[in-house]
Amino acid sequence: MTTTVAATTIKARQRPGDRVFSTATVVSGSLILAVLAAVALFLLVESLPAFVAEADAFSGETNNFMEYVGPLVFGTVWAAILALLMAVPVAIGIALFISHFAPRKLAQGLGYLIDLLAAVPSVVFGLWGITVLAPLVRPFYVTLTEWFGWFPLFEGPVSGTGRTILTVAVVLAVMILPIITAICREIFLQTPLLHEEAALALGATRWEMISMAVLPFGRPGIISASMLGLGRALGETMAVAMVLSPSAEVIFQLLTAENPTTIAANIALNFPEAHGVGVNILLATGLILFLVTLVVNMIARVIINSRKAFSGAN
Amino acid sequence: MNFKRFGRPAAIAFVAVIALSSCAANEGDTASTGDGAESTLTGTLNAGGASSQGAAQEAWAAAFQIANPDVTINYDPSGSGAGREAFIAGGSGFAGSDSYLSEEELAGEFGACAPDTLAVDLPVYISPIAVIFNVEGVDELNLDADTLASIFNGTITNWNDAAIVALNPDATLPDLAIAAVHRSDDSGTTENFTDYLAQASTTWGEEASDTFPFGGEGAQGTSGVVSAVTNGVGTIGYADASQVNDLSTVALKVGDEFVAYTPEAAAEVVAGSPLVEGRAADDLALDLNRQTTNPEEYPLVLVSYAIVCNEYADAEQGELVNAYVTYMASEAGQAVAEESAGIAPLSAELSENVASILATVK
Amino acid sequence: MSTDTIIRPITNSLTAGKLPKRSPLWILLASWVVAGAVFLVLQVTEVADGFNVIGTIVFGTVIYLIAIYLLSRMVEGARQAKDRLMTALVASAFIISLVPLGSIIITTVTNGLPAFLTPSFFNSSMRNVVGEGGGVLHAITGTLLVTGMATLISVPIGLLSAIYLTEYGTGRLARAITFFVDVMTGIPSIVAGLFAFALFALLFNDPGIRFGFGGSIALAVLMIPVVVRSSEEMLKLVPNELREAAYALGVPKWLTIMKVVLPTSVAGIVTGVMLSIARVIGETAPLLIIAGFTASMNYDLFSERMMTLPVFVYNQYVSQGVDSQAYVDRAWAGALTLILIVMVLNLAARLIARIFSPKFGR
Repeated sequence: MTTTVAATTIKARQRPGDRVFSTATVVSGSLILAVLAAVALFLLVESLPAFVAEADAFSGETNNFMEYVGPLVFGTVWAAILALLMAVPVAIGIALFISHFAPRKLAQGLGYLIDLLAAVPSVVFGLWGITVLAPLVRPFYVTLTEWFGWFPLFEGPVSGTGRTILTVAVVLAVMILPIITAICREIFLQTPLLHEEAALALGATRWEMISMAVLPFGRPGIISASMLGLGRALGETMAVAMVLSPSAEVIFQLLTAENPTTIAANIALNFPEAHGVGVNILLATGLILFLVTLVVNMIARVIINSRKAFSGAN
Repeated sequence: MNFKRFGRPAAIAFVAVIALSSCAANEGDTASTGDGAESTLTGTLNAGGASSQGAAQEAWAAAFQIANPDVTINYDPSGSGAGREAFIAGGSGFAGSDSYLSEEELAGEFGACAPDTLAVDLPVYISPIAVIFNVEGVDELNLDADTLASIFNGTITNWNDAAIVALNPDATLPDLAIAAVHRSDDSGTTENFTDYLAQASTTWGEEASDTFPFGGEGAQGTSGVVSAVTNGVGTIGYADASQVNDLSTVALKVGDEFVAYTPEAAAEVVAGSPLVEGRAADDLALDLNRQTTNPEEYPLVLVSYAIVCNEYADAEQGELVNAYVTYMASEAGQAVAEESAGIAPLSAELSENVASILATVK
Repeated sequence: MSTDTIIRPITNSLTAGKLPKRSPLWILLASWVVAGAVFLVLQVTEVADGFNVIGTIVFGTVIYLIAIYLLSRMVEGARQAKDRLMTALVASAFIISLVPLGSIIITTVTNGLPAFLTPSFFNSSMRNVVGEGGGVLHAITGTLLVTGMATLISVPIGLLSAIYLTEYGTGRLARAITFFVDVMTGIPSIVAGLFAFALFALLFNDPGIRFGFGGSIALAVLMIPVVVRSSEEMLKLVPNELREAAYALGVPKWLTIMKVVLPTSVAGIVTGVMLSIARVIGETAPLLIIAGFTASMNYDLFSERMMTLPVFVYNQYVSQGVDSQAYVDRAWAGALTLILIVMVLNLAARLIARIFSPKFGR
């Protein structure tokens, strides 16, 4: 009885449950691809007229679509990078604090506190940005231009309202902080206890233990989390539209009244009054945002794959 | 599992669900118990368009729904362009729009209208646009169109500029950079503001457009401009007069006098403006007289239209639109909107004109 | 933690070569005092204007970072010094993040409480309300229904896809899904709304279509990638030993996933799902386009417009009437309600996660 039955079971006998379950997973995976294809198709069809649009369909001095979308792409990536630069170190810090520094009893409450930030709707971030943050940081910007005006990024004249790209980046950083923190925290908590104990037993300080055991284990997760945050920062609409004082130029200065605007915010600002080919142009910028995300993700993938050796999972 | 621990939140959630699933206290058929025999209108009227009309439409819809309890009015303040697009595609009963239909749009088909009939523009909403500023120590400011244009196109950059000082000999203007705040979204307010500057000034140097043509501070929507001006330093901006709150406003030079905005002065300039030439007789698109020299008139106004079909494909919808828009343009309707949205009521003559055209809409 | 090791020559006392137990606290206080003193001196000598608390704390903390590093380096050695520095940095990262959180919560609560506490806020809709009063019952219902439906759609799809990616998929399909899910995170919310609108306008041949379910679809498009991405990460962390143990006991693969893999990672998955809900529940732009705007109650996801809380907040902020304070108050109160809803959902989810997760480890 034993040998034959065992042989057949080992040969992966397909149970009905297994078959149903695996089919379900394949179907939902494909469904995602289908939805994405549908969105892409919709964008593509809608944006075709924009690529051949006449010069007078564009406002201002731009003559064709590429000239129109160029500064927007720059603004989108610029704002997202600034936000990410601020958010990621802080988020890793918070996640470490919750997972490895804070007293165990406190940790859960603290984690919950940060999750609260994720619950704040973007309209509220926008309202907070204009009514609280911008007036608060303006005096600081004035000092910054006075002292560090020689540094290109901080060149004046300083904005009269404080609603600059740097303010927007701060708002975006606060918005993506909970996303990155939550995922990093969960991952840091999953670090094999044995690794940590081994490091400590060898006489490592707490920080050495973290840098030797926790961070290498969590690195792919940190990158994943940052990319989720990046996605949010790239696509954020309302908060940017409400806070930013935009213009359609490539500007590196962080503190002036004129700032490069982002694609999503530009769509939100101009869509209500758009008609005719104007709608197509805005949707075409949406397609470009799609491509930007695609490229950014490709780069990140390459980075993750080149570091695969460090992955501690499984 | 400890059921005592979960029991309480569960009970609270349960009660909350019960409370939420009950009907809203202010809805239901309470209104029909009165002498509601007069109203036979039923149905839902969906419309959309200019966000400038948002507050007024809320007030109109509320009053109209009280008088006709079986009617629901939904007005999306999604923007003039979106409103016109939806109307042309046949997706809404009427459109609210800050600009009248273009020749191009009139040449096409209208989805909600009976085949081969056109749509008309009816002015229903007049609002003065105020120029607001926030400069410490300055409460009153007089400007003419040339100076205003120079401030907003970036030629004048400081509050103690000679041109501003010459117009305001009594004010103590500080040595402070001007932050001119414009609408960052495309809007009818910007179109009317730039139209005024293009027509009344010699220094503007651009055409009227719903996108602000120069740089400077941008802010989203009327509320965004108001809060940027309020929270900024040395700021000036333009906004719908009803939203100005406590900010100081500029008096504009008309003829030889400086005129502060008032609803009367705004209605006056609209009453004195001719219709746009070369359009259908029942189309009340207005060609606003920005260059007026009559100090009774305040030339910086926004006129917003209700765009309706001459004849609706769906007669029931036609009846509903007719009743509602007639109410909007009526004296009572204008009074309601003046009280709650700060509009300038239509002059009696214009109001009658609109009513007589609406009488033929079906 | 008592894991510190002493590498220097061993002396008699166990505490030799270590900073006293409470020293970080005292050094921190001292640094703040020093920074405050510097600011005071600056003020007295009129080099810079104004003593300021924020500046004191910021500079004091910087001084502390330097001081603790140097002191610890002198007494305890370089490795301990680095450890102390990083501890201080990590703790300050946490405190830094609490500042905006606190600021947002305080702003929302102080601005939102007046309207939040009016009795009509939770038992009325905005139908027939002009100026003060009114409530958000219609928007709360709408938000719960629309987001609930979006969750019902996206959690099964997202979770199953994540399972596919971690447990089954190896080939080209898996790589494609992983990659394109990343791309999906970059869909701007407004595009999701436009997509849903175009889809349903085409399907039902109604150019003015607005209904709650469309909003759910738009939100689901935004939600799915977050669900997939976070659950995938969590599932990956389940040790292979657990799966192998289950297989060794003859448990079928699907049962292994259901009974071993999912329960082990349930806390993380629930966190991810809550994040995704929080991500979409505050979306304004797509809902404005496809779910529409109304002042009345609507319980039916599949017909007519449905109000949601973010749209409510946005609309109250954007189209304010003359009594603008009432509108702003309602906007903040609506935002407060939204945050509270997510908080309650979060709590509920944690409870559920605790019930299902296995009792071991941390």
